[in-house]
Amino acid sequence: MTELLAKTPCAGLLPLRAGTTTLTEVDLGQLTSLAPYRGQAAALSDALHAAHGLAVPGPGQTTESDDAEAIWFGRALVLLAGPAPDASLAAHAALTDQSDAWAVAELAGDDAAAVLARLTPLDLRASRFPVGATARSELAHMAASVTRTGEQAFRVMVFRAFAQTLAHEMRTAMDGVAARRTR
Amino acid sequence: MRIGGEGLIDRGARLDFTFDGHGYQGVKGDTLASALLANGIRLMGRSFKYHRPRGPLTADSAEPNALVTLGRGPGQDPNARATTVELHDGLEARSQNRWPGLDFDLLSVNDALAPFLGAGFYYKTFMWPRAFWEKVYEPAIRRAAGLGAISRVHDPDRYEKAFAHCDLLVIGAGPAGLMAALTAARAGAEVILADEDTHPGGRLNAETLEVDGRPGRDWAAAVAAELSEMDNVRLMTRTAVVGAYDQGTFGALERLAPDIAARRGAPRECFWRIAARRAVLAAGALERPVAFQNNDRPGVMLAGAVRAYVNRWRVAPGRNVAVFGNNDGAHRTAADLMAAGVHVSALIDSRPGATTDLDLPFFPGATVTDAHGRKGLEAISVATTSGIDKLQAECLAVSGGWNPAVHLTCHMNGRPAWREDIAAFVPRDGAVPGLRAAGACAGTFSTRACLEDGIAAAREALEEMGRTAPGTSAPRAEDGAYAITPLWTVPGKARAWLDFQNDVTVKDVKQAARENFRSVEHMKRYTTQGMATDQGKNSNTGALAVLADATGRAIPETGTTTFRPPYNPVAIGALGAGAQGMGFAPRRLTTSHAASVDRGAEMLEVGLWYRPSHFPARGETHWRQSTDREVTMVREAVGIADVSTLGKIDVQGPDAARFLDFVYANTFSTLKVGRVRYGIMLREDGHVMDDGTTARLGETHFLTTTTTAAAGEVMRHFEFVHQCLCPDWDVRFISVTEQWAQFAVAGPKSRDLLDDLLDTPLDDAAWPFMACGPVGLGGVQARLFRISFSGEHAYELAVPARYGDSLFRELARRAEALGGGPYGMEALNVLRIEKGFITHAEIHGRTTAFDIGMDRMVSRKKDCIGQAAAERPGLREDGREQLVGLKPVGAVKMLTAGAHLFNETDPADRDHDQGYITSTGFSPTFGHFLALGFLKNGRARHGEVVRMVDHLRGVTAYCEVQDPVVFDPKGDRVRD
Repeated sequence: MTELLAKTPCAGLLPLRAGTTTLTEVDLGQLTSLAPYRGQAAALSDALHAAHGLAVPGPGQTTESDDAEAIWFGRALVLLAGPAPDASLAAHAALTDQSDAWAVAELAGDDAAAVLARLTPLDLRASRFPVGATARSELAHMAASVTRTGEQAFRVMVFRAFAQTLAHEMRTAMDGVAARRTR
Repeated sequence: MRIGGEGLIDRGARLDFTFDGHGYQGVKGDTLASALLANGIRLMGRSFKYHRPRGPLTADSAEPNALVTLGRGPGQDPNARATTVELHDGLEARSQNRWPGLDFDLLSVNDALAPFLGAGFYYKTFMWPRAFWEKVYEPAIRRAAGLGAISRVHDPDRYEKAFAHCDLLVIGAGPAGLMAALTAARAGAEVILADEDTHPGGRLNAETLEVDGRPGRDWAAAVAAELSEMDNVRLMTRTAVVGAYDQGTFGALERLAPDIAARRGAPRECFWRIAARRAVLAAGALERPVAFQNNDRPGVMLAGAVRAYVNRWRVAPGRNVAVFGNNDGAHRTAADLMAAGVHVSALIDSRPGATTDLDLPFFPGATVTDAHGRKGLEAISVATTSGIDKLQAECLAVSGGWNPAVHLTCHMNGRPAWREDIAAFVPRDGAVPGLRAAGACAGTFSTRACLEDGIAAAREALEEMGRTAPGTSAPRAEDGAYAITPLWTVPGKARAWLDFQNDVTVKDVKQAARENFRSVEHMKRYTTQGMATDQGKNSNTGALAVLADATGRAIPETGTTTFRPPYNPVAIGALGAGAQGMGFAPRRLTTSHAASVDRGAEMLEVGLWYRPSHFPARGETHWRQSTDREVTMVREAVGIADVSTLGKIDVQGPDAARFLDFVYANTFSTLKVGRVRYGIMLREDGHVMDDGTTARLGETHFLTTTTTAAAGEVMRHFEFVHQCLCPDWDVRFISVTEQWAQFAVAGPKSRDLLDDLLDTPLDDAAWPFMACGPVGLGGVQARLFRISFSGEHAYELAVPARYGDSLFRELARRAEALGGGPYGMEALNVLRIEKGFITHAEIHGRTTAFDIGMDRMVSRKKDCIGQAAAERPGLREDGREQLVGLKPVGAVKMLTAGAHLFNETDPADRDHDQGYITSTGFSPTFGHFLALGFLKNGRARHGEVVRMVDHLRGVTAYCEVQDPVVFDPKGDRVRD
């Protein structure tokens, strides 16, 4: 029997560190896109709550339970991260496995927002983009999902195939920002 | 020379630098210009056209004269303004536009030729012969008249781009800007305060004026310190806002401090895009000179610049200084010079009624008529009521008044308004939505009034943003009136400069008017006034005043030229920061990338993807050797190719089948679960958009594949059709391109390979051609599709992408054991040409289903996108160019893509064009080239010989028209 070895998207590329900022690969567990069928948004939210303990997040938001997170992922689209989706969800939404489609990394440190400001036009001020806020946007010309996971921490997701570019662009931005730090 | 007293310099921190190879010393806080002046150097450059000796005119970014090249080698930075270059240890600067040297410049012969080099000179002189335009005139002119040069090799310096967001952007940190920022910040707004200088304060840093009972620069430093302590304020020094754009977006260029820019990984400059809800423009005003004979001598400076050199940098710009002006600023200049212990030889005030308390030679109602001394000012001529006096002066401080820096308010097509009382243009309200000008740039000139206007501007912005403004009052400060009597030119026979940078004199503007270039925009282009790096910051108003006079119009009637971004020069390196090398475009790499590169594969760019062209085997030196081997390998054994780059769209929902019937020309609702069908998709205009296979994974679950090139376009098309044309249909789709690593396993031994690899061998009955379904692979859930793009018995095997690298290595190893191996894009292309399969080379956007021989696939039993338009007259006619196959039959055996087809004896010209070749490849299976192409009425012409002519490559070949499918036309092998 053949044994296939699994490789993470950022294997050999991360972690990175520059100054006080770190970029680390994150394993979010299983990723499933949930696209509610016509008129099923509320029912999906109820089913999600019953099965996984969280509601469907509104635009630009995330919801969390002990073992799962739901990330708003676009128009009428949510990404369930963590557990395998409960079978009951399929009655209300198109479910698609996306576990291998995304390179996921966390950027953390006092300069995290400054680093992202080099790569994305998103307004990441804490007043506009508090912890838990999420957005789909451009990150160094790549389609990305950006979520604030802490005061000084962001999760960025780009297509798996972009992992090398993500590491390159992040390293460049991190080095540039770190160099400005008072020494 | 340096004088005593306190400025904004650190005398203890001495810095070594060179200018034109000579070593000098300056101190921390100096600019290159102030350091050179402190060393007694006034001559810093040569003028653009006449190569006249020049010194600095200003002490700021408007500088027209003192342009230098910094550094040496690949990263050398031309046209830096010495007046803004921050001095640092080891700085290397060189003067420009001189040969062989600054002091002795042979090209200054141009100055003697001045009578021939006036306005419109180029247009009149270099007209004939036409062939000389590019080869002779342009290079010669560029050498003689020019600015600095780039290195012409790759620039190793790093540049950066960044975004910032705020409630209020305050542009300029002078008195108005500081008060605006402070007012808004105290109200809790998120504020960005940007200033191009190293120190906030604006003019306060250059003046002796007091604010709140202490020196203005101390007050400014204290306010800046308060602001920088606040979390809601970002103080951006060294940052020039250079452009105003739509929706509150501003462009700004930040120069990093030299010590930071020198660090590893640090950028030299950062180009910011700042999005602000409101903006306050507090950019101040720019002083303008007066045009008199030889007013461009090194040592003639603007009065405000002289005060800056004396007060801020503690530099006397000459041993004796004369002051000339038409406003009270001239008096303040004389007073500051005297207070600093600099000898003032005269104060010349053009206003007849002017008075002074200063103890110096005073000339009211007089003008300076000439300046003497070629490489540095030695004396001036002064015209008084009693005649001409000649006075000694190494420096002449000139003030013709102040022009508010209206530039940014005009970036969105606004035009400034003329204010007679200050003889200057001021911004019009609302010229840039959300932006209000405050302080000197709004024509408010006293310090106190600027402070108040800053507060008022901030309060207005706060109210518009729904915030309450705290009661802030302006500190005590000078509140004098700005008394000015316009003086643009002083009459004289010799040249009097308006635009120093472009060598435009009063005569040139008058000549332009005489030759009927009366519009200010025409005058600008005829004389070049206001062009190049300074964009005429000091000269525009003076030039149009002269033009107004020459054309008998008023100044407001004459109008201004158009102010466009950027306000200051911005290096292309900063605008395009990061977009070089790896940063040029994102790289999309398949899971088999590393293994392919390990095998020596050459990678091709396919959109953003990288795919292997071929896999060289030992001893192969040419790609054709590898490709021929790989084609044969697939035909005779088994080949492996990564096909993950094809777009994959997961389509689900009760209306999924209905939706696919609508977007595809053919029918998918009749497809059985567990089966795959090929389909073509039309654009709304009836032409073919894309093709690919769609698998039915469940009753309401499909997996559609697109070509690599059109994956994004098809996804966008799906979204458009669903959101706009059938929003009620219950169908959902999402890209799964990245989720799956998919490999073609193609060739007669493909089933042997899979039987051994999969957890369960394939059952013949369950896996006919075009079957699909789940399979197990070492416990991993995989998907198998029995489809073929090669014409061979073939499969595509998909696994979750995490296993892609491992599976590719495994497949390649197993294929090699069976006499096969991995194959690249070149072989893939040859295989599909042999089978007559199309790619976007054929469905290039101008071909219909009829053209490619798939008209029957367009179902007439149902509606679909593009069906109606495909029925239009002319789109399904025999005379159209139709897909054909071609093979060489003459002496020349090579067929080339892009070549055109002609009847055998017709001339090879446009009128006789019969079609063209879209794809070619050498077929090792048949031993000759094969091509696909389009030929008029081609399907009826199989067997005919046509002539292929490639005008670009110079290839002519005779070829026979044949069916596009030459390999296994019945398709036995795929079904075997």
